[in-house]
Amino acid sequence: MTQSATQGAPREGGAALASGRRSTKVRRQRVRAAWIFLAPMLVTLALVAGWPLLRTFYFSFTDASLSDTGGAAFIGFENYLVYANGVWYGLLTDPVWWQSVWNTFYFSIVSVSLEVVFGTVVALLLNAEFKGRMLVRAAVLIPWAIPTIVSAKMWAWMLNDQFGIINHLLMAMGLIDAPLAWTANADLSMWAVIIVDVWKTTPFVALLVLAGLQMLPKDCYEAAEVDGISPVKVFFRVTLPLVTPTLLVAVIFRLLDALRVFDVIYVLTSNSTNTMTMSIYARQQLVQFQDVGYGSAASTMLFFIIALAVVIYLYLGRRQLGVDQ
Amino acid sequence: MNQYQLMKLLKRVGLYALIAVVLVYAVFPFYYAVITSLKPSSELFQPELWLSSIHLSNYAQVLGQGSFLRAILNSIIVSLSVVFIALLLGITAAYALGRVRFRGRTTILLTILGVSMFPQVAVLSGLFEVIRTLNLYNNPAGLVLSYTIFTLPFTVWVLTTFMRQLPQELEEAAIMDGATPWVTITRVFLPLMWPAMATTGLLAFIAAWNEFLFALTFTLTDDQRTVPVAIALISGGSQHELPWGPIMAASVTVTVPLVILVMIFQRRIVSGLTAGAVKG
Repeated sequence: MTQSATQGAPREGGAALASGRRSTKVRRQRVRAAWIFLAPMLVTLALVAGWPLLRTFYFSFTDASLSDTGGAAFIGFENYLVYANGVWYGLLTDPVWWQSVWNTFYFSIVSVSLEVVFGTVVALLLNAEFKGRMLVRAAVLIPWAIPTIVSAKMWAWMLNDQFGIINHLLMAMGLIDAPLAWTANADLSMWAVIIVDVWKTTPFVALLVLAGLQMLPKDCYEAAEVDGISPVKVFFRVTLPLVTPTLLVAVIFRLLDALRVFDVIYVLTSNSTNTMTMSIYARQQLVQFQDVGYGSAASTMLFFIIALAVVIYLYLGRRQLGVDQ
Repeated sequence: MNQYQLMKLLKRVGLYALIAVVLVYAVFPFYYAVITSLKPSSELFQPELWLSSIHLSNYAQVLGQGSFLRAILNSIIVSLSVVFIALLLGITAAYALGRVRFRGRTTILLTILGVSMFPQVAVLSGLFEVIRTLNLYNNPAGLVLSYTIFTLPFTVWVLTTFMRQLPQELEEAAIMDGATPWVTITRVFLPLMWPAMATTGLLAFIAAWNEFLFALTFTLTDDQRTVPVAIALISGGSQHELPWGPIMAASVTVTVPLVILVMIFQRRIVSGLTAGAVKG
């Protein structure tokens, strides 16, 4: 019994113990203990996540301000959409909000795509045999460990329009004639943000993909080598299909992170509408303009937009994989 | 040298060239920050790849301010408290979720996974109210509380994965000897879980050390701030004259401990990161 429990179903843990053989008294004691052990964690999460989320939903239907959240009056959907004096008002009519939604998705899709491509390349490299592999792997982790704020500041300095090393190098190489205003220029600032984000988070994707690569069976590759199939073909026919589940996981982690992006944009371009994302917009309303009702409406929208994006992604991913887990 | 050997050599050279590119890409921004921080302000505006001499004036300026040292202290206190709380609540919850089968277990696991994917802005106004009601506004304790929203789900998730892999016999033996669940956790599982706890603790520490949004929103005065906020708010005479030397010195000061941690514990960090994603 013990053998089958450990080998056959490692995920079940104490399942075999709980069902059958042992007396129900032990079992009941274990279940009661389980709930007692879970309680502190569940209470904490309810306090910092569940309750605040419900309050945010509630605030979005009130005129609460930051100085007085308790004395808010219920105003229905006015924060979202209201018709007054022949004009529609509210979050859903604010072009800056829709600009933020668009920016968020543009940023997320472009940066996550680049991260997946670069991450896969780096993972394939780290999977190869060479001297100093451990050292390289540690070095690749550096961008991941650096606080987002610090990496944004470091890049802001490197991308500085007058004294930045990037402009200096690009001009020395003759690629540009005049310095570029990376963070101020409307067309470039989003790319500046994407450059920093890709630099910072590619290591995470690379490590996930590397872990996926290391779990692949070796015999496929030996067979391919014996048959003399080109490495490129092996990658697209064997490796890529096999690591696709890992890639999907990496993408969902990164996508969720990218859709709520705040730090890097706040530091690099502050409240500029060219790079304003949903999080920046909501926080600006909440804290800077002290309008908790309207800001909460934006937060609520953000929550549901992200939830919807995740559901769609999971649905498409599952269909593409052709599995039903 | 025949053609086969030549091809092999070329491949080898190509591989090392690619590795060099990746290395430069990963390390250069940090290297450049170190260089900038070691320049005197007179040389700051000449972009150079190498350093001719070392000046510590930027470090003296940053570390000479009491507020930056205070921010470092706050960050250390907050991060260590967060790690302690997350591990304490995480290990007990992981025992329940990993070793006991009961009704509602899957629901709880899915809820935890959902919370770990929360956009933090979505709870900002509600959490602000909670923190003010508990009188923790502008207080590092408020940050400790709010940081559990992202450290706790992750810790529980990874520790549960590790807990499930421990052999069955251990627990059976403990139960045979009449050990209570609490004794089973502290005497049987805890000694075996140290590596996993070190890993998750390290990841929670880094996450708390780097957090920005809550720290920016829930603190007001310089003496209560954490390091990321302190760095983000360093300003000069005007918006266009940021003191880049001191900013880089501050950045390097708070990043070096992290880089050293990563270098030492990279195996652990990698296993922790991937356990959360790949196995889960």
